[in-house]
Amino acid sequence: MRKYTPKDNVQRQAYFSDRFFVSPNVPRYEINEDEIFAKDFEKISSELPIIDSYIEHTHLVLHINKDDIVKIMTYLKNELKYEMLMELSAVDYLASKDGYEIFYEMLSLSKHKRLRVKCFVQKDETIESVTSLYKSANWSEREMYDMLGVKVINHPNMKRIIMPDDWYDHPLKKTYPLQGDEVAAWYEVDKIFGKEARDIIGPEQRDPAAIDRYDTTRFARLGHEVPNGVDISEFEPETPISYQEENAPLLKKLKPEESVVLKRRR
Amino acid sequence: MQQPNRLKPFFENIHFEREDNTMMVNFGPQHPSAHGQLRLVLELQGEEVVKSRPMIGYLHRGMEKMAENMIYNEFLPTTDRMDYIAATSNNYGYALAIEQLLGIEAPRRAEIIRTMLLELNRITSHLFWLATHALDVGAMSMFLYCFREREYAMDLIEDYCGARLTHSAVRIGGVPLDLPANWIDDCKSFLEVLAKELKTYEGLLTENRIWKMRLENVGVITPKMAKEWACSGVALRGSGIKWDLRKEMPYGLYPELKFDIPVSNTCDAYGRYKICIAEIKESAKILEQLFLMYPESDSQLMAHAPNYISAPKEQIMTQNYSLMQHFVLVTQGMRPPVGEVYVATESPKGELGYFVVSDGSPYAYRLKLRTPSFQHTAILEELLVGCQLADVVTIIGNLNIVFGEIDR
Repeated sequence: MRKYTPKDNVQRQAYFSDRFFVSPNVPRYEINEDEIFAKDFEKISSELPIIDSYIEHTHLVLHINKDDIVKIMTYLKNELKYEMLMELSAVDYLASKDGYEIFYEMLSLSKHKRLRVKCFVQKDETIESVTSLYKSANWSEREMYDMLGVKVINHPNMKRIIMPDDWYDHPLKKTYPLQGDEVAAWYEVDKIFGKEARDIIGPEQRDPAAIDRYDTTRFARLGHEVPNGVDISEFEPETPISYQEENAPLLKKLKPEESVVLKRRR
Repeated sequence: MQQPNRLKPFFENIHFEREDNTMMVNFGPQHPSAHGQLRLVLELQGEEVVKSRPMIGYLHRGMEKMAENMIYNEFLPTTDRMDYIAATSNNYGYALAIEQLLGIEAPRRAEIIRTMLLELNRITSHLFWLATHALDVGAMSMFLYCFREREYAMDLIEDYCGARLTHSAVRIGGVPLDLPANWIDDCKSFLEVLAKELKTYEGLLTENRIWKMRLENVGVITPKMAKEWACSGVALRGSGIKWDLRKEMPYGLYPELKFDIPVSNTCDAYGRYKICIAEIKESAKILEQLFLMYPESDSQLMAHAPNYISAPKEQIMTQNYSLMQHFVLVTQGMRPPVGEVYVATESPKGELGYFVVSDGSPYAYRLKLRTPSFQHTAILEELLVGCQLADVVTIIGNLNIVFGEIDR
């Protein structure tokens, strides 16, 4: 029987997990335990709807509805003095919850406090841009779209930022394989020479340690001297010159007759 | 009209031939002053920039993706490749984030060694910045002088961990090695040389007429702009906002150390240059204090947390259970608690943050790297508008951006 591999998450998984192992949680605290957060929370929760809130690792975390994001951010910026939006991105929960969790990492310079706003966006929903409030969201939102495919509306320049404009799919999704997909593997060949050149050029060599035994232009042959660019696929000239010391400590003498050519690593 | 072919695709939003008087200049991606692969599409009115569009992504290696597919210890050497001229600050930020996720603390001696490396790295990074920035502006000799001193610092780091750029000298839970003999003395003599040479640098640049003309009132980041664009580090302090995470939200040993935060109210490139020089001096001051703290500390180097961190080598070699733990931790990786942390540290460039989402498995569910250079490049969209073409290079150099960090 073929081994089952989940299609919705193709990332590396632990090869062994103890059935009885229960992972602990990062401790969460009540908001009342921190004075400044308690005050802030009191103000914001009386004005705007907050779904869930707690303190996790020195951050006040606010879960909100995604439609309130601009209102909440405006309030945080103008009333509560969280002046800076340090970071913004999404976490892919497509497999388990069919959507993305978006987090906004805020910093208050005057209060020396950090706050995280989180909201959940379903797969085909969009989220309002906060670029008009925090300009740092400009590139972060572009990156979020580029990497995870979260659609942001009312953004001044919604384009891919890191990947090429015509790239297919979003690389940080859990469904996107680590080595890239079919389109990624042939991207450069298709773009420059066209699909019909795939057979002539061949697939991209992705193994950085790969050495072609018969390639005399790019690789010197181990233990032998061959002129640059000579075709040795048919006949390998014997050159008995080898530069290895006799009886060198720690070094093994290369035995070419015992070397093996690997088709593929791993 | 554009004539697209396969190698020259149709540029949708860019019209190179225009009716009006503006001219499009394509700056980069291969430009020696861009400090990496930065492409800037500039719209010029005469010599004045009226619109700028920075384009990045030429050095994208998918680090966040790699982080999701590596166990936590495996990913640490990858962080070197972000800000590759100050690798320890990346390692430290990552190690600190994971330590806080695990709820452990590095032993005091490890923390001292880490802080030494961090500050030494801050010095090398600032020297590198000064060298390349001065070179961009036209002061060739500064490049040679700064690189000479940087070389001494690199030798010190090499002496400690064997690597010059990609150190990986910080581990989750501590450091792997103690300082070699005479390291502190070497470092002291380096600081003496540095203090002497810094006077030369300042003598060459600070009151230099050309240097001042090129830097003063160039690249003005107002405090409002700095906050909106989430600037950090020197860019934020250059705007008159006294904010250094080492002081304001301290971590590690920094609460115990005495140092000042240099601030400039001029908001321009010249102010940021002065801050950088002052920061090198502050780092030297911190190092001097650490030299005194080092001999008093206990010799333990890695935290004791058998669930997450391997035991010391001699214990692994003698104790059966430690060997078993070590085997599991190496083959499967540690399983941190379920939860999220965002840990920010002050790297030489600014706020370097690691947002880690753990689902309890040995692989991070999501790891977002918040790098200062990314936002400092984004600000070019606004900062370059209105400046002269000749100042573009000054501003890019002055913001101290590193592309390993931007594209990740």
